[in-house]
Amino acid sequence: MKFGILVTEGPYQHQASDTAYQFTKAALEKGHEIFRVFFYNDGVNNGTRLMVPPQDDRNLQKNWTELAEEHQLDLVVCVAAAQRRGVLDASEAKRAGKDADNIAPGFRISGLGQLVEAGIIADRLMVFGD
Amino acid sequence: MSTLHTVSNSPFENNAFKSCLDHVTAGDTILLIEDSVVGARKAGSFGKEIGKALANCRVCALAPDLSARGIAADTVLDGIELVDYGGFVDLAAEHERTQAWL
Amino acid sequence: MSDIEAPDAEGGVVKKFMFVNRKSPHGTVYAVESLEVVLISAAFDQDVSLAFLDDGVFQIVKQQDTSGLGIKNFSPAYRALGDFEITKLYVEQEALDERGLTADDLMEIMYEDEDDDYEEKPSVRVVGRGELSKLMSEQDVLLSF
Repeated sequence: MKFGILVTEGPYQHQASDTAYQFTKAALEKGHEIFRVFFYNDGVNNGTRLMVPPQDDRNLQKNWTELAEEHQLDLVVCVAAAQRRGVLDASEAKRAGKDADNIAPGFRISGLGQLVEAGIIADRLMVFGD
Repeated sequence: MSTLHTVSNSPFENNAFKSCLDHVTAGDTILLIEDSVVGARKAGSFGKEIGKALANCRVCALAPDLSARGIAADTVLDGIELVDYGGFVDLAAEHERTQAWL
Repeated sequence: MSDIEAPDAEGGVVKKFMFVNRKSPHGTVYAVESLEVVLISAAFDQDVSLAFLDDGVFQIVKQQDTSGLGIKNFSPAYRALGDFEITKLYVEQEALDERGLTADDLMEIMYEDEDDDYEEKPSVRVVGRGELSKLMSEQDVLLSF
């Protein structure tokens, strides 16, 4: 079965991203397909590579990036929500005249149409928020 | 054509859980995740609200969330089934749709 | 419905999408960012509806004035939904009652019915909790923020 995943909260403040990650991992272990993981609202903050949690805490961005590498997941950060919150890739940073970008490996920035498309193509769309 | 409802907020904090209970259809399943599991204690005042839902719905709770909050399985309201993340995935696959009460 | 094998592209598949709005506007970003997804969804030719329940009913009350907040008032955008062929806005009667509101407190949100000589019709439909629950149980995709 094809799942689409929507994450609407940032890392650490809420458990939503952790639960979405555990769900995604469990779905993959069961042989399901993850069509896309879409990060929206404060969820876009899961996609910054600049987070530096303490050594004994989990690194949510790294968890997602590694899961994406292992299973060729499509991790998409909403462009409009990301711009508002300062999550940028190199081309967005250049366009906005910013001196740095921070998007993490394995994540890409794209439009909200990617979320609607996930709703259309996936058999189930799961929403993880607060 | 049943629905899996996920609830993530404590019923003592806001009305998401209550609103979910008010909108379920007979034959649906409610899955308690994250902070919502604090409502599942049989000695707690929200237990009887969940008890009413059990009359025509299945109610499950994510075991890792219970454990994380120090809620032992034997203190959970009778009738609530405990699942792990794999069980969560199975529930999502078995139901036609999932509705998250945020 | 939801078990249709979708083609690689979204071509041809029409699913029932419902946006479930339960939160007051302005205090959090959920209402406005939900509306942004609604507007994008219009481009995909899906069967889109919106539900307003609990504090979500405040998203479409009239005379919202955010000038004292320094936050943009996005509420006029709901009135444009008809132009995007989004014409089903379900509002729960019980949610209105609990908050001391009536249908008259809501914005006039209209659409032109192209199947009825472009007659102007209201997009807002006040429904009881039972009917709203039934509508929710008939969706393919439920998006809540």
